[in-house]
Amino acid sequence: MTNNLTNLTITQAHTLLKEKKISALELTQATLARVKEQEPTIHAFVTVTEEHALQQAKQVDKDIAAGKEIKPLTGIPYTAKDAFCTKDILTTASSNILKNFIPPYSATVINKLDEVGAILIGKTNQDAFGHGSSTENSDFGITRNPINPDYVPGGSSGGAAAAVAADMGIFALAEDTGGSIRQPASFCGVTGLKVTYGRVSRYGVIAYASSLDTIGPICKNAEDAALIMETIAGHDPLDGTTPNVPVPNYYNELQNTDLSKITIGIPKEYYAEGLDPEVKQAVETAIEQYKEQGAKVKEVSLPHTKYAIAAYYLIATSETSSNLSRYDGIRYGYSDQNAENLIDTYFKSRAQGFGAEAKRRIMLGTYALSAGYYDAYYKKAMQVRTLIKQDFEKAFEEVDVLITPTSPVPPFKFGAKSHDPLSMYLMDIYTVTANLAGIPGLNIPVGKTKVDNLPIGMQILGPQFSEGKLLAVSSNTV
Amino acid sequence: MSLTKQDVQQIAKLARLDLTEEETELYQQQLSSILQYVEMLGEVDTSGVEPTSQVTGLQNITRADKVHTSLSNEQALKNAPSREDRFFKVKPVIE
Repeated sequence: MTNNLTNLTITQAHTLLKEKKISALELTQATLARVKEQEPTIHAFVTVTEEHALQQAKQVDKDIAAGKEIKPLTGIPYTAKDAFCTKDILTTASSNILKNFIPPYSATVINKLDEVGAILIGKTNQDAFGHGSSTENSDFGITRNPINPDYVPGGSSGGAAAAVAADMGIFALAEDTGGSIRQPASFCGVTGLKVTYGRVSRYGVIAYASSLDTIGPICKNAEDAALIMETIAGHDPLDGTTPNVPVPNYYNELQNTDLSKITIGIPKEYYAEGLDPEVKQAVETAIEQYKEQGAKVKEVSLPHTKYAIAAYYLIATSETSSNLSRYDGIRYGYSDQNAENLIDTYFKSRAQGFGAEAKRRIMLGTYALSAGYYDAYYKKAMQVRTLIKQDFEKAFEEVDVLITPTSPVPPFKFGAKSHDPLSMYLMDIYTVTANLAGIPGLNIPVGKTKVDNLPIGMQILGPQFSEGKLLAVSSNTV
Repeated sequence: MSLTKQDVQQIAKLARLDLTEEETELYQQQLSSILQYVEMLGEVDTSGVEPTSQVTGLQNITRADKVHTSLSNEQALKNAPSREDRFFKVKPVIE
């Protein structure tokens, strides 16, 4: 019974709840039991919110009994990356500097999910502050890939993707700054949507790099992603970067796709040197299938792709050095109380509270923003960002969507890249471009490696605010 | 671009981070190699190209200047490492 209830999609669980075949409490209890069974191996969570979840589920059942409308996400158990502030529930961003932080308020998206009666079952592990691509940079231990525990789950939202893949919650809320939703979704064989910049409110989500950070779902399929998006997307007066663009009916959009009206672009720079042959083959097979269903396919060029990693890491580290300056050991977070004076409190609290990768990125960003280097590094990177954005705009004049691999390589083993930060940064080559251009990107699973059956993911990119089109195209995958 | 040990110490000072001797050496090496990599941006002709900081083109977003509820004093102080009465308590600023 447990397995039957935990591997449901949102639409399946919703039907069962509506037909009164299960209660929200039963669904939540089954999910928590699954967590107890899987968590010792996977370690997807920083905090499991068992008591909170059971209470919430009982309330939802009461509301349903009283005749309250059962919305698509009502009674659905979900997880949130530990970067989302949750009122009165520990929120750490997987960093020691926040290991005791209890937020006095919740992120807008958490409130939106609360209002429709979605059940928060826990806060998931991540690379601290989103700094990483394997979840090995968490200060609270690694997360293992549920497909094979010898491999990393990807990152930074590794806990979120692992939780969905291991049926610990039907969907996960996560955050993507340079691939942190799409790459772990790819490594764990699940669906992950990075939205248009500003499509979903960032209010109350612990910042990594503010001009790149986006909030989106990791889930089991495109239909589920559409339902989650309809609940979480939209303008938020508390986040000035959320435009007043109406939220479409993504779910309906998905039911009416005609691939013969779609032109798929293949950016040649994404299939060049460094791409694993098995990944390449899996993506090309998927493209062939779209062709057979009537899609037109066309090669395009995004000439500035090779500069994306350099531009991204300068912009992201500059912004993170600024965002992380708030951790001063005074108002909240870790504080060295043995410091002699105020400035010593800053130096010691930050030195002890931040992990190695956070320090590395703060240092790089501080340097890129410092007097005399700003023009050569930060400003130059922001100009290259413009060129990368224009590359996409030109491509989307000719094609509707672009299809690329999500990650150049399949999941790797623990420790394989963590000794060399630059080699880890280069892993993000296919994902950072969407953040620089502000466009949406969707990962869907398209194959498995021969050795160890590891998931291979494919990325679909589209113009700003084309999430519905990406989901529709993906739903035609055979 | 290769950083000297003094460069790394200066950056750490600006970033308010105490570094150990080992960290200083490690970051000197790692940051230098990252900076060498990003030097490739120098190849790109960006003359006359405007920098992009806001990708969706929003400008000057303001909200109504209205009073609304915010955190209470007690809520705001709840996570304070050190407090006294209704205030955050800090170490001496001036000796």
